[in-house]
Amino acid sequence: MADTVGGADITVAKAPKFRQTKKGHVRKHVINVKVRNEIGVLARIATLIAGKGYNIESLSVGETHEPGISRMTIEVVGDDIVIDQVVKQLRKLIDTLKVRDITDVPHVERELVLVKVHTPTSRARDEVLRIVEIFRGKIIDVSPETYTIEVTGDEDKIDAMLELLKPFGIKEMARTGKVAMKRELFLEEGNTE
Amino acid sequence: MSRKGADIVIETLKEEKVDVIFGLPGGAIMEVYDALYRDGSIKHILARHEQGAGHMAEGYAKATGKVGVAMTTSGPGATNIVTPIADAYMDSVPLVVITGQVPTHMIGNDAFQEVDIVGITRPITKHNFLVRDIEELPLVIRKAFYIASTGRPGPVLVDIPKDITQQLSDVKIPSMDEVKRSLPGYKPHVEGNTQQIKKAAKLIMSARRPVLYVGGGAVNAEAQEELVELAELMKIPVTTTTQGKGAFPENHPLALRMLGMHGTYYANMAVYNSDLLIAVGARFDDRVTGKIDEFAPDARIIHIDIDPASISKNIIVDVPIVGDVKIVLRKLINELKRKGAKIEHPEDREKWIEQIEKWKKLHPLTYRNSRKVIKPQYVIEQIYEATNGDAIIVPGVGQHQMWAAMFYKYSYPRQFLNSGGLGTMGFGLPAGIGAKVGRPDKEVFVIDGDGSFVMTMQEIITAVQYRIPVKVAIINNAYLGMVRQWQELFYDKRYSEVDLSLQPDFVKLAEAMGAVGFRAEKPKEVREILEEAMKIDDRPVVLDFVVDREENVLPMVPPGKSYKDMILEDGKGAEAETMYLVG
Ligand SMILES: Cc1ncc(C[n+]2csc(CCOP(=O)(O)OP(=O)(O)O)c2C)c(N)n1
Ligand SMILES: [Mg+2]
Repeated sequence: MADTVGGADITVAKAPKFRQTKKGHVRKHVINVKVRNEIGVLARIATLIAGKGYNIESLSVGETHEPGISRMTIEVVGDDIVIDQVVKQLRKLIDTLKVRDITDVPHVERELVLVKVHTPTSRARDEVLRIVEIFRGKIIDVSPETYTIEVTGDEDKIDAMLELLKPFGIKEMARTGKVAMKRELFLEEGNTE
Repeated sequence: MSRKGADIVIETLKEEKVDVIFGLPGGAIMEVYDALYRDGSIKHILARHEQGAGHMAEGYAKATGKVGVAMTTSGPGATNIVTPIADAYMDSVPLVVITGQVPTHMIGNDAFQEVDIVGITRPITKHNFLVRDIEELPLVIRKAFYIASTGRPGPVLVDIPKDITQQLSDVKIPSMDEVKRSLPGYKPHVEGNTQQIKKAAKLIMSARRPVLYVGGGAVNAEAQEELVELAELMKIPVTTTTQGKGAFPENHPLALRMLGMHGTYYANMAVYNSDLLIAVGARFDDRVTGKIDEFAPDARIIHIDIDPASISKNIIVDVPIVGDVKIVLRKLINELKRKGAKIEHPEDREKWIEQIEKWKKLHPLTYRNSRKVIKPQYVIEQIYEATNGDAIIVPGVGQHQMWAAMFYKYSYPRQFLNSGGLGTMGFGLPAGIGAKVGRPDKEVFVIDGDGSFVMTMQEIITAVQYRIPVKVAIINNAYLGMVRQWQELFYDKRYSEVDLSLQPDFVKLAEAMGAVGFRAEKPKEVREILEEAMKIDDRPVVLDFVVDREENVLPMVPPGKSYKDMILEDGKGAEAETMYLVG
């Protein structure tokens, strides 16, 4: 047996090496997608991401300066390698023009939040007002019981402000989802604001 | 000139040089059928079920390389063709499916026979369209053909509301330039990165134990010439998937035939022990790789594929090359020649070829024949003889499909047409009909299972009506045989719901539909009825081969196991031998 099969003194396979597509690191990714504004394009993108078993954390879509062309910023938590696959498949869609995972690329990002806070007392109103000023927000609607606040910023800033507002009682909140854009020049480290 | 939307559909199909449509009419698509009738220049094959129409269009496309066209009405007509669309998506078959839709103003109202077929087929089409405006109708149809047939081919669905087929317009049929300009995000032609090709050439020259692993992408790209040239130039053995069959002739001395779950011992051993695997238009499907951690454990991998999303999907590769397979192979050959096409370790290479020859002799594809009962493998061999190895073979899905892949030798591309990715029982007969429509010059043999056949057997009527002389060999084991085999091997012979012994008399059934029927119950009858069948060329023929019920498809790599766990034709494992090799 040995003669016929292994007898030939050729070098043969030794140690199995790691073959399988490795599972990567799971984290939040920010993906920018430029699309032709055709019917169903959003559904196609959503179907593709859902098909991988991933949930879209946030999504913002809007027109660009070019007619008929929209831009989306999608936030999705997922495995690096699977997300890479998602990006390739997004590129394959007929109506996508450009797809880029900018998670590791220097970029600016902003989100706008409207939050209605319970402010029944003058003390609450004073404190909330101070918080809003610190975060450079605006009060855009007032009632005897509530303040509605508008604030723009990156994730950290918005999370910090919401944390401070929580004790007063948040009655309602709406977030636009992140919009993000690659930086053209990034001269110094830490220049993120 | 002003004409109805329905006429624009026909006009555009003619512009696309469509010569045949497979379909079945109904309310929402009636205008188009009326235009088809009035025009009279496109042949239509009336299937008896829309699934049949879809598989026929697939068979036509797989056999010819041209786009297959199918047409159905809305609602149930559209949902009936979902399986063929998914099948075409999995096997990269260029298909344009036109479905009627309820009138625009009724969409979304749960109107009679309304389904959101664009939504339903979104994840199983390369792209799909709902036509919103008659002015865009010809452009949409042309885009559908362009998308279906270029890049990695696939199915495209065009859903046309009835009112659009009734409106009048003088819209022009757009030129190919306009079609391309309307798709700025779609760039199907890729030539392959030169640096990567150089790297690949280097690896090939320095390899000691290379293997070419060829899939359907090579067939789609018509790359057989380049493959043979590359294999011969660099002395590389070649294994193919079911989709890649015929892209490299199986009677070539370098042919290893099929790899994977039911691959040959020598193909699987060669891949397992290779130090360089060159994947060409293949996608590392789990039926091919088995346990992926132990697939070609010692090999560097070059992966040539037109679809960037296929690369490093299932397996990490060393040299990915995105591009048209034919173009990349040509460039690769040129690069190798420029470098003198040197095999840097000629002795090792010779030993490798010798080793493979030994494997071929040690475990060739065999079976134990019998004088009492018909062995399914024997039937396939006899079909090979009767057709001089030149027929197009179209199987269903199951054991018979694997025997058809193993015991018929394929020598040209598009000769073995099977449902590889989706594994759709019922694919065989209608796909065979479509293949015969596309290639009337070739004998087309459907090799079906008794279970698969009854899933779409009504299409015999279609074949009779249009005098499409397909041959249908039923490998009748009165079982859902492949499932039974798994139950035998992995579920302690608990045969749960696989017995098909209550079955129609297939001969009478064939005759009731206007075809000719024959039956063979003894080995010596196999040849006899095949000879009779070969004389008939104006009608379909159904041959009922009553075979050994519990024959198994071997060799087999058990699901989730590695090549070295192969079960051989004597039912024993290959483990001991390969363990030695693996050292
Ligand atoms: C539509 C569909 N349903 C179920 C299966 C699962 N399946 C795979 S093979 C097989 C048995 C096929 O039986 P038959 O056509 O008689 O072929 P055999 O294996 O007996 O040759 C089944 C049920 C399938 N592949 N397709
Ligand atoms: Mg069967």
